[in-house]
Amino acid sequence: MGHAVSQNLRLGIDVGGTNTDAVLMDGDRVVAWHKATTGRHITDAIVAAAGAVLQQAGIAPEQIYAVMLGTTQFTNAVIERRRLNPVAVLRLAAPATTAVPPMSDWPEDLAAVVGGQHYLLKGGLEFDGRPISPLDEDEIAAAAREIRGLGLKAVAVTSVFSPLDAEMEHRAEAVLRRELPAETCAITLSHRIGRIGLLERENAAILNAALSGLAGQVLGAFAQAIDDLGLKAPLFISQNDGTLMTAEHAARYPVLTFASGPTNSMRGAAVLSGLEDALVVDIGGTTTDIGLLLDGFPREAAMTVDVGGVRTNFRMPDLLALGLGGGSLVRDGGARIGPDSVGFELRQRALVFGGDSLTMSDIAVAARQMQLGDPAKVGQLDGVETALARAAAMIEEALERVRPSAATLPVILVGGGAPVLAGQRIGGGEIVRPGHGQVANAIGASIAMVGGECDRIFSLDGVSRDEAVAAAKTEARAQAAAAGAAPGSIRIVELDEIPLSYLPGNATRLRAKAVGDLAAGAGMEGGA
Amino acid sequence: MIRITLDDLDDIALGATFLGTGGGGDPYIATLMTRQAITEHGPVTMLSLDEVADDALVFACGNMGAPTVAIEKIMAAGQPPAAVLALEAHLGRQADVLMAFEAGGSNSMMPIYNAAMLGKPMLDADGMGRAFPEMQMVTFSVYGASGSPFALASEHGDTVILNINDDKRAEYIGRGIVIRMGARSAKASYPMDGRTARRVAIPGTTSLCQAIGANLRQSRAGNRDPFTALIEMLAGTHYGHAKVLFKGKVTDLIRETRDGWAIGKVVITDQAQGAFEVEFQNEFLVARQDGRLRAIVPDLICILDSEMAQPITTERLRYGQRVTVMAVSAPPIMRTEQALAVFGPVGFGLPEPFVPVEELD
Repeated sequence: MGHAVSQNLRLGIDVGGTNTDAVLMDGDRVVAWHKATTGRHITDAIVAAAGAVLQQAGIAPEQIYAVMLGTTQFTNAVIERRRLNPVAVLRLAAPATTAVPPMSDWPEDLAAVVGGQHYLLKGGLEFDGRPISPLDEDEIAAAAREIRGLGLKAVAVTSVFSPLDAEMEHRAEAVLRRELPAETCAITLSHRIGRIGLLERENAAILNAALSGLAGQVLGAFAQAIDDLGLKAPLFISQNDGTLMTAEHAARYPVLTFASGPTNSMRGAAVLSGLEDALVVDIGGTTTDIGLLLDGFPREAAMTVDVGGVRTNFRMPDLLALGLGGGSLVRDGGARIGPDSVGFELRQRALVFGGDSLTMSDIAVAARQMQLGDPAKVGQLDGVETALARAAAMIEEALERVRPSAATLPVILVGGGAPVLAGQRIGGGEIVRPGHGQVANAIGASIAMVGGECDRIFSLDGVSRDEAVAAAKTEARAQAAAAGAAPGSIRIVELDEIPLSYLPGNATRLRAKAVGDLAAGAGMEGGA
Repeated sequence: MIRITLDDLDDIALGATFLGTGGGGDPYIATLMTRQAITEHGPVTMLSLDEVADDALVFACGNMGAPTVAIEKIMAAGQPPAAVLALEAHLGRQADVLMAFEAGGSNSMMPIYNAAMLGKPMLDADGMGRAFPEMQMVTFSVYGASGSPFALASEHGDTVILNINDDKRAEYIGRGIVIRMGARSAKASYPMDGRTARRVAIPGTTSLCQAIGANLRQSRAGNRDPFTALIEMLAGTHYGHAKVLFKGKVTDLIRETRDGWAIGKVVITDQAQGAFEVEFQNEFLVARQDGRLRAIVPDLICILDSEMAQPITTERLRYGQRVTVMAVSAPPIMRTEQALAVFGPVGFGLPEPFVPVEELD
């Protein structure tokens, strides 16, 4: 295709349940893109999509300097309760916390799959760092022998207040390892993936451990695809918050990918449009996700999020989902749309493909907003104007709920179903329709940055609040640098303060998040 | 006499979050504890104040500590009963009935939990009628019942008995011990007889939590306007005057820590009606519109999300939320001169005098 060879070529890949998309990016410019069907073999889908992209662009695999991949494989496994392995749960807290044993609030079907092998052992810390009770290594060793006897291949370890000080979780891991070698057993330490909130962090650790078998297979499939494609670049996986981790890290912490799909879509919309503060409307086949971009990142949801019926406290984008998409069924002469959709059967059931169901895609084709199937089949359609007006009204009402203030914000429209919304403005804001909006997810993966976080309780005795804030920021920056961010590019994107009411001495919980651009050569040890 | 079963707990928790008026702690963990206790030990019998014997020994129970610690260091199963048993041992007499000192927030669950664990009945009453931040802010203290002797218990089973001659000092000294226990202690306090309980306690507050929770749940399921339905239901109770003060979007949120309190102000805006302000100190204390007083403590100010009518606690307030602010009149026992001196505006350093919400518009 005759592009000058750049030093900055990256491959972004999105492995979804239905489609696998690949984009070749040169900086923020899309060089080539391709959509393939995911099917049963992930490796084949990645090779098909990425191979097509390399071929289109006439680029040799060794010219790519990084591969960034986003996936919903792990979220889908939890939601569908498939391919999960049983887990032994160790909680270091006794005598505290016995009133609520692990997995008390899990849906029964999921709990049945993950199993009920629980150990509530001595350990844990007070808020001020004193031990609740000293760790008992003999007790942990006895549990380890039992776990080995039961043949369990995954353990989740959670200690009270481990986000403040993780030493007890590390010591427990060391004792477990004497009986349970790394080749046969995955151990998840809760402080690696969760924040303060014992049950939510423990739930996340258990889900992570339950995904450890699948994580090995999926990351293996990714690595195989990279190898088959002849790529020499390191592989990164996108996380919930829109930052990257190495493939090695993702194999150990698959739960960190849970919300990467919507995050990538919103980040992709930001890059494609060049806008930092905007509303994003992502219209898919069945639903429309609406979210808010602030400083180029999605606004995060409140403190707890349900994943497959399990309460967690991951930071996830705050999205409003609407039952409106390209496959949504249209009824009552266009006055009623969805929430049901023909979904993946669009090519069998929509009128433009000779089917018998009137969908929003048929409406958009009839209005000449979309090119799909045979337009002659919807030449005489009634209710086109009514349905378009109804779709716009649904989106406008949802935008009104997401918009933070009376100030008007531009609306970035992405996703395969984007043509169902016509016009130049909605809800007072300009509609921006960036090119390549149908592969916003893969683009979002390709531009992800690396991040670092600090979430700790600071005592303000003898320390000013400003000093504590500065310490939190410094720690977040250091974490980002350790994760591979180029030092000059690191900036603080979030700072939250939660005062610890009812405690003297003005203790306060500070959470700082830093992000930066991926430094050249970073993460090579984690590459394929 | 009614029975509280597993099926009632979610409604009680939802109603307790409403009565928490933005504070009181999320009842989520306490509800899980109580679910476990009822599953193991069976349902709990709840008596009304009319049904309790004159000479029955009543304890008020709940927890004392920091909400941020509560979500991390969950209690030991035997910890709340340990406080009750310690106070019984000190008095040389078993408690006949347990009640809440605080019906709002997570403490709403603790008498149910203790009653299930100890096989005792509980009393449908409390001392706050909502959530308040300090021990002495109860009708029990206002009308002459003493908080002491009271017991505090840690997860280790350590217990402390305190005899403090003033309930405000009891709050101060007790909190010092709570800190050393790791900021999460179970408490059994205000030992009193049934006759006194009838005089000093706010009646019917646990069943009110249940009624509020059930009403919100039924409105959601039946696609009815939850606010209208709730106002109609409250009209038949001693919290009789309820109204919607404002609907709008959170456009400003100021928080700070002062002396261990979460202090702040939330601004809610509607394009047609202008700006509305609610000040909080752990709980929502005062609501003003264009400088005009709309509701003030001890009347209840509740902020709910406009769509699902889910009560929102102060730490969960966020920019951009669409919210509905409701005010509910506190029952008469909480609005007397003596009561207002303890937990009226003056108790929180607010400049305005108390004006009943039904006289404000």
